[in-house]
Amino acid sequence: MSGAYDVVIGLEVHAQLLTRSKMFCGCSTVFGAPPNTQTCPVCQGMPGTLPVINRRAVEFGIKTSLAIHCTVNADNRFARKHYYYPDMPKNYQISQYEEPLAEHGHLDIEVDGAARRIGIERLHLEEDVGKLIHEGSLETAQSSQVDFNRAGVPLMEIVSKPDIRTSEEAGAYLRGLRAIVVYLGVCDGNMEEGSMRCDANISLKRVGAIPLGTKVEVKNMNSFRNVQHALEYEMKRQGRALDAGERIVQETRLWDPDKGQTVSMRSKEFAHDYRYFPEPDLPPLNVGARWIEAVRVTLPELPAARRARFMRAHALTAYDADLLTGSRALADYFEAAVAQCGKPKAAANWILNELLRELPGDDERAVAACAISPGKLAGLITLIEDGTISGKIAKDVFEKMYRSGEDARTIVSREGLTQVADAGALGAVVDGVLAEHAKVVEDYKAGKKAALAFLVGQVMKATVGKASPGVVNSLLAEKLSKL
Amino acid sequence: MLTDLTIHELGARFRLGDATPTQAAREYLARIAALDPKVKAYLTVTGEAALARAAEADARFKSGASLGPLDGVPLGVKDVFCTRGVRTTCGSKILEGFVPPYDATVVARLVRAGAVILGKLNMDEFAMGSSTENSAYFTTRNPWDLSRVPGGSSGGSAAAVAADLAAATLGTDTGGSIRQPAAFCGNVGLKPTYGRVSRFGLVAFASSLDQVGPFAKDVLDAALMLQAIAGHDPLDSTSAAIPVPDYAAELSRGVQGLRVGIPAEYFIEGLDAEVEAAVRAAIETLKGLGAKTESVSLPHTEYGLAAYYLIAPAECSSNLARYDGVKYGLRVPGARDLIDMYSRTRGAGFGAEVKRRVMLGTYALSAGYYDAYYGKAQKVRTLVQRDFQRAFERVDVIVAPTTPSAAFKMGEKEDPLSMYLNDVFTIPVNLAGLPGLSVPAGFTKAGLPIGLQVIGKAFDEATLLRTAKAYEAATTWRERKPGLTA
Repeated sequence: MSGAYDVVIGLEVHAQLLTRSKMFCGCSTVFGAPPNTQTCPVCQGMPGTLPVINRRAVEFGIKTSLAIHCTVNADNRFARKHYYYPDMPKNYQISQYEEPLAEHGHLDIEVDGAARRIGIERLHLEEDVGKLIHEGSLETAQSSQVDFNRAGVPLMEIVSKPDIRTSEEAGAYLRGLRAIVVYLGVCDGNMEEGSMRCDANISLKRVGAIPLGTKVEVKNMNSFRNVQHALEYEMKRQGRALDAGERIVQETRLWDPDKGQTVSMRSKEFAHDYRYFPEPDLPPLNVGARWIEAVRVTLPELPAARRARFMRAHALTAYDADLLTGSRALADYFEAAVAQCGKPKAAANWILNELLRELPGDDERAVAACAISPGKLAGLITLIEDGTISGKIAKDVFEKMYRSGEDARTIVSREGLTQVADAGALGAVVDGVLAEHAKVVEDYKAGKKAALAFLVGQVMKATVGKASPGVVNSLLAEKLSKL
Repeated sequence: MLTDLTIHELGARFRLGDATPTQAAREYLARIAALDPKVKAYLTVTGEAALARAAEADARFKSGASLGPLDGVPLGVKDVFCTRGVRTTCGSKILEGFVPPYDATVVARLVRAGAVILGKLNMDEFAMGSSTENSAYFTTRNPWDLSRVPGGSSGGSAAAVAADLAAATLGTDTGGSIRQPAAFCGNVGLKPTYGRVSRFGLVAFASSLDQVGPFAKDVLDAALMLQAIAGHDPLDSTSAAIPVPDYAAELSRGVQGLRVGIPAEYFIEGLDAEVEAAVRAAIETLKGLGAKTESVSLPHTEYGLAAYYLIAPAECSSNLARYDGVKYGLRVPGARDLIDMYSRTRGAGFGAEVKRRVMLGTYALSAGYYDAYYGKAQKVRTLVQRDFQRAFERVDVIVAPTTPSAAFKMGEKEDPLSMYLNDVFTIPVNLAGLPGLSVPAGFTKAGLPIGLQVIGKAFDEATLLRTAKAYEAATTWRERKPGLTA
């Protein structure tokens, strides 16, 4: 593509709320139960049934709205959105339309050190639909079944303004949003299980042109990586089409992660007429100032504030603080470890370099399930700091801790890994190495200072890494000067 | 005969030990077996269950632990209410085979009060109609003249009470579906304030207009029925958390000094002369009882019908979307694909009137027409509400005819629009969410009942009931019975 285009991206994020019961009935929301075991006449949309708003879901919505600087509408209301699909019990979805829970917020992101503010159009509440299970593929299925366990599960939809310009910004926005909802405890942020879903609107326009280009909606992206890849693909596809003088068709496209491309799903010309109208079975939802204030006081420290505090109180770099606060579990882990060893820099290094490499994913559950507790990591750091083990040995100890869940001191004492700093004991080893490598010693004396490192390495090798590097260095320097 | 008695008369007999609930249930079931083939009020008779409930009530009376005025009393409910384990058709083919696993709140409350449910009563399909001719099963007859309609949509509920096939019944009123058939069948029909009675388990037609209410043989019975079903329900967010007064206790207060409004807009061309004469005579009777009458104006009445026929179809098109053949009820086999299954099922399952309103509503809500139709209708609704608010600053109740004419013949009104005009006096009350009641106020020369409509302030059913009670006590209309023989 010629590169002469501005990209305009807006994201719609659906987050499943961590309520115990559904949006409009008392059914459980637990994931993975056998089909249709978590349903009742209300969420099955049976005749005569009526919705009752889940107060907790509204609270979670308010909490999130406050965290992303939205104005909560004192009077908001639910509407019906109509379309026919077998997984939708009533053939309308109860959602919010003209009067959403909250509007006009923003989220600050940082990409390559540059700060950007992404506007948030609105936040509204709605119910999820069920799931179709086809026997075989959709095209050839002899029968299809519906699981309504998910029908009626509370969702929060957060719609950004078309302020996003690059796929990196889209990724940063999503990670920021995910961190917030997870910090707030309103969503588990698990994209693979569908707890967070994202649709993107993307259009290209010639640089400097006033009217927006025709937008394409991309659905079905179930990871941050997918979103970025899909957006990059669409930018290129639309850019090439515009270069070739083609017209962009307004349509919905699906991201196919296997093929690494988006494919057309339906043209907007056949788009649904949702026939929205105010839900007559629910009175307007009144969210007064007192309710908002009661929720405000429950807000925890949010990622941005925590990041700033980590930099200030623990002297971490922006990069390290950013990574650590990207996940609430990781940040909690870090703080717990620091509280016990008092070494923030070391704790940050161990977490970011070693722990994250081992964890199966950086999500909350992986951190919580990790065999090395913050206290155990602090124990390991203390052993390094007090000179009991060397940093090199510590890495092996860490590996063993991760596999077995044992604490560092147990492993070190059982395997005799304590650092040797005794000049007497090490002196004999040093003498041996010097005798064995007379040629290297000659080189050293002839001015090849690099030879010293080789000799240090030989001593470490001979002591299986247990020798204290400081002691070895001074012993070598002393003995070489005498030769 | 126990079937002649009102709820309060029957209850008195039970308490005295002169009769038992089982005897009452048996008499009613026998009368249903003998007369319902003519009247055709019942879609489903639940005889066995009724006798079982009656036996339980017998035991309560024997032990002196009766539950109250409705205990052991045989009642019927419109087939629009969900009844656990009992088929619920809503007068439609599309709900064929549907047996709800839950009771409507009103049904549960009647059962908790000890009532014996005899069965489910016929109705216009999904409560759309004014004659019960739109039932997918059969047309209910007016007990006063079997060639005439009982009114609708709660025609079965009205006819059952008129023919003594139940001591009282429940119906629903979206645009007059309790008051109009009550007027046609000569009984007391009460549409409470919107929100006074729970709609949970009531198969929705137009959610913002539907309200549940009783048909009864007299005003005291209507008060007892309302007492049993009224009050907030946590399952219905639109039901009001407003205290329920003791309606029966309020009845004796009379109408001395009561300010009664007479709306000029309800005495218009097209109003049958016999109906007008009866209503004017009733107003004189109220005056004679000490009420003060005053003219009031409800200037937007003429737009009410048009607004209603946009709002109700719009809501119905939405509420009826769930009948798609996927989950319950009818599914027409042989479809090529999903859309084909939807169309075949809905095409075969819905009758002409329902289809007409679904299409009307779908159009009224569609993009580009919303503001012109639905939005505009809601504005008219607000104007109608304000008319009533203004009138009620000056008067305590409003009285008017319930219907423009007495019961018409079956098949007489083939044009849907002329049928819609039948509800012109009842619809504004639904648009405003107010309570309304129809009480017998005379007969035409042909022997057909005429209804007097009493309209009240929101949540002031007590005043309606006491107005109707005073009038009832001063007249003898309720002593007449249709001459039905097996």
